[in-house]
Amino acid sequence: MSSSKITTQNRQRSHNVRFWRVWRDRLFVFGFVMAIVVGILGLAALLFDVLIDGLPFLNLNFLSSYASRHPLESGILAPLAGTIWIVGLTALLTIPIGVGTAIYLEEFASKNRLNRLVELNIANLAGVPSVIYGLLGLAVFVQFLFNGSRNVTAGALTMTLLVLPIVVIASQEAIRAVPSSYRDAAFAMGANRWQVVKTVVLPQALPGMMSGIILALSRAIGESAPILIISSLVWVTFVPVSPDSKFTVLPLQIFNWISQPQHDFRGIAAAAIIVLLAVLLSMNGVAIWIRSKYQVRPEQ
Amino acid sequence: MSTTTGLESNQVLLDRVARRRRRQRIEQAIVTWLLRVAALISILTTIGIVIILVAQSVGFFAEVSVWDFLTGTEWAPLFKPQKFGVLSLVGGTLLVAGIAGIVSLTLGLGAAIFLSEYAPEKLRRVLKPILEVLAGIPTVVYGYFALTFITPILQNVFGADRVIVFNALSAGLVMGLMIMPMVSTLSEDAMVAVPRSLRDAAYALGATRFEVATRVVIPAALSGIVASFILAISRAVGETMIVKIAAGATPNLTLNPLESIQTMTAYIVQVSLGETPQGSLEYKTIFAVGLLLFVMTLVMNIVGRWVISRFRQVYE
Repeated sequence: MSSSKITTQNRQRSHNVRFWRVWRDRLFVFGFVMAIVVGILGLAALLFDVLIDGLPFLNLNFLSSYASRHPLESGILAPLAGTIWIVGLTALLTIPIGVGTAIYLEEFASKNRLNRLVELNIANLAGVPSVIYGLLGLAVFVQFLFNGSRNVTAGALTMTLLVLPIVVIASQEAIRAVPSSYRDAAFAMGANRWQVVKTVVLPQALPGMMSGIILALSRAIGESAPILIISSLVWVTFVPVSPDSKFTVLPLQIFNWISQPQHDFRGIAAAAIIVLLAVLLSMNGVAIWIRSKYQVRPEQ
Repeated sequence: MSTTTGLESNQVLLDRVARRRRRQRIEQAIVTWLLRVAALISILTTIGIVIILVAQSVGFFAEVSVWDFLTGTEWAPLFKPQKFGVLSLVGGTLLVAGIAGIVSLTLGLGAAIFLSEYAPEKLRRVLKPILEVLAGIPTVVYGYFALTFITPILQNVFGADRVIVFNALSAGLVMGLMIMPMVSTLSEDAMVAVPRSLRDAAYALGATRFEVATRVVIPAALSGIVASFILAISRAVGETMIVKIAAGATPNLTLNPLESIQTMTAYIVQVSLGETPQGSLEYKTIFAVGLLLFVMTLVMNIVGRWVISRFRQVYE
């Protein structure tokens, strides 16, 4: 009799333990889901906040006029043009240098200590805060190279150094993903290394590189701290016409308007944010689309 | 066709091949050099950063002792009498980064566990890009969000008299949201790398999914999780615009997140926006602060990557 009583007790206890374990499992699933929900809600609140504040101020006039003392007459023509200048020049410099560095490291460099140092160095540069690049640009480009002129080229050079690690790392990954059998086939046909890279590796790695380049350029569009340090002038009412023009960019104009005491400036800041986010999110969308379209790789 | 012309045309062909070979060799040599120069630029960038920061800081430390700089708790270089105790800037930086760290670790780790252990593949493919949008939003936008959305909420919750408009909590919370995808992506990568067989073994012993996640997957992926956290904190320490917009401009050594503070990055931007003459002591302070910031983030990044490589479990 007593032994069956113990068994029942044990069964009861084991049932309780199981009950508790199953409920703990369910409770934590809820917690993990909540983590994601909070993240997505945060994103939604941000977009909602900006849209509510900014939409009333968004119209064609806003895109085609200069900043003004009066919020309702202000527009983003100058920063929009400045941003296009910065992105254009940065792309021109970053793509050849970044892709070139990646090709060199992956295809040409022997795996010696010096080249490992270069790779380590690039990984470290990717983690350097953007203000530090601003200080570098201020001292080297603005004061040394351009003799105090806070021009658009100095801004683009600084941005180039800032986003270069992103392009290099993404391009390296894209190059690594090209199966080595492709290279071997080309070598076997008598191609030299550069021919292999030019005709086999680059075309295969291009989609991966493109998404890295787009992400890097969207970083250059959204980044404001280094530009803030380089061009402390934030009151620009003209479109830059040459590489040595003074300039402002969208994030900088937004920062400037946020800092104004009048309430209406917040509204046009939000309107400018909508324009900025529209540009960036569509660029990100394109990058994700390229990545998913070309993600299926041929069999190794 | 006679044999002689056949031979001649053969010779012409061979010459042409040889010429093309030589041209290709020269092309390759030139390209190799160009690529080497491209790779050199990243090295020059690092050297440039170090030289600029150190050179300007040397001028600063000639007038202010390193000890006073690193141990002083009052920072007032723009007022008389000047005070150069960087601890209040470091304290403000760490306060905001700490808040951001707590938020991003909680949300990021939870999200990573859900994505890697619970979510079906289809849901995962939808959720991941949405979270990654958070990482692509410019920091100036987060600053706006902190100032116009989060701060009013905090003032409602804690009372407007206790919460200053520019406060560390608002900036820290929003920054945590910003770096959450970084934590979740890196942690999830580490969790996905844990082999299926380890999970199956635990399931076979009757473990629940929560037990598998916390007792098998997380310990196995711990190095990746710790590293993601270190790298995220380093990112928070170097972040500028959110704190410049939302956290204020008052150097303040405090643990109260409802107060106004100033971070190292915000100070650098504040001085470069002002009319500080180049070469003055005030101007040099931004390079000294920049050097300290550079060293702090560099150490964190190196430690983060070291943790990944040192403690990574290599599974078959």
